[in-house]
Amino acid sequence: MGLIEASRLKSPWILHYDTGSCNGCDIEILACLTPLYDIERFGMVNMGNPKHADVLVCTGALNKRSARVLKNLYEQIPDPKLVMVVGTCAISGGVFHNCYNVAGGADKVIPVDVYVPGCAARPEAIIDGVVKALGRLAELQEVARGKKSA
Amino acid sequence: MNDPQAVTQQIMQQQLMTIGLAMLAVIIAPFAGGFLAGLDRILTARLQGRKGPPVWQPFYDVFKLLGKNQITASRMQLVWMYAYLAIMVFCLIFIALGLDMLLTVFLLGFAGVCLVLGGFSSKSPYSHFGANRELVQMLAYEPVLLLMALAVYFQNKTFLISRIYDSNEPLMYSMWPIFIALVIIITIKLRKSPFDFSTCHHAHQEIVRGILTEYSGSYYALFMIAEWYEIIILLWLVALFWAVPLWVGVLIALAVYFLEMFIDNIAARMTIGWMVKYSWVAAMVLCMTNLVYLFIKRGVF
Repeated sequence: MGLIEASRLKSPWILHYDTGSCNGCDIEILACLTPLYDIERFGMVNMGNPKHADVLVCTGALNKRSARVLKNLYEQIPDPKLVMVVGTCAISGGVFHNCYNVAGGADKVIPVDVYVPGCAARPEAIIDGVVKALGRLAELQEVARGKKSA
Repeated sequence: MNDPQAVTQQIMQQQLMTIGLAMLAVIIAPFAGGFLAGLDRILTARLQGRKGPPVWQPFYDVFKLLGKNQITASRMQLVWMYAYLAIMVFCLIFIALGLDMLLTVFLLGFAGVCLVLGGFSSKSPYSHFGANRELVQMLAYEPVLLLMALAVYFQNKTFLISRIYDSNEPLMYSMWPIFIALVIIITIKLRKSPFDFSTCHHAHQEIVRGILTEYSGSYYALFMIAEWYEIIILLWLVALFWAVPLWVGVLIALAVYFLEMFIDNIAARMTIGWMVKYSWVAAMVLCMTNLVYLFIKRGVF
């Protein structure tokens, strides 16, 4: 594994976007930054800027207004990037799934790599989700290398 | 013994050694700076009751950023970012070769100007905000660096940094007020709290990422590397205050860096007007008092 590929797995910078959440999952994500969970020990930093981010963390039911913002944010993140949705609402729209203003889950507009269920998702589940996302990135890197060598 | 050829050879050898040392400094500085940045992150975490990332985290970050796709809004900002890094490297070479301190300070200033112009060359309002704030920060720290070079001139009758190593008494004896001013200035220069206006290491939310908003991927990595050079340059300037046994100066520099980390963690961000007042009143008064003392000591009045 190359230096850059190994570093990618050790420094996932997170961009958090709320597409219409009740704020429950957002607070759980912020709880990951607190001394109890301290995700910075895995190199994760909460970024406010999509241009510096690697992982887009999305919470809440996707309403039709925030759909284009989410798409815009996703496009501003430079490759390679991962998308993680946190909470039942972000997965499928949850209890809001048939509201007139709700489009559904975040995967209606952007490709999603990891789904973290829960209402609200617990910090342990969120950290586990990031680990799964990094596992997927490692897998993708392996595939890319295999293609190159073949 | 007085063979002119042997003397020239000796001078050549000395020059080669100095150039070799300078090259070594250029290679080692980013590693040392990155290591110090990693220590900063661990210490910050420990002060907040967290475990913190590994020491090598800044290197992981930089290598990751080097491998990212390159998206850019304007080509000009990349030119200024390359210039920022290149001038930082030149600045380090100047210090390592023991050349003119005044020119070193000017180079440091020009590096800052490059960063500001880079911020202004994209259309993002956050970037413009950051660049404006960086200009105000330069307004706050630049005079003190210039007065420091001037004081070194009054003390040693030369701007040459190499002469500081040869003097028999540390600069600290006669220049401790300027040393305190420099410590104040370094907080502004390293963009640490309470003076993290143009961009910030921790909470990235105020004006997104300030002057760095439009830099992504490898260009952001360039900034991080330049910042590591900057840490080493500033700490080297601090170490010059006790250059006679240099290890004392190095210890003082490390202590100053630790102090900066500590201040970063205990202070909240102040307003930008307060910074200018604080640095111009506190730091400038210290500098001017020191300069007057040096004038009197040298019997100019």
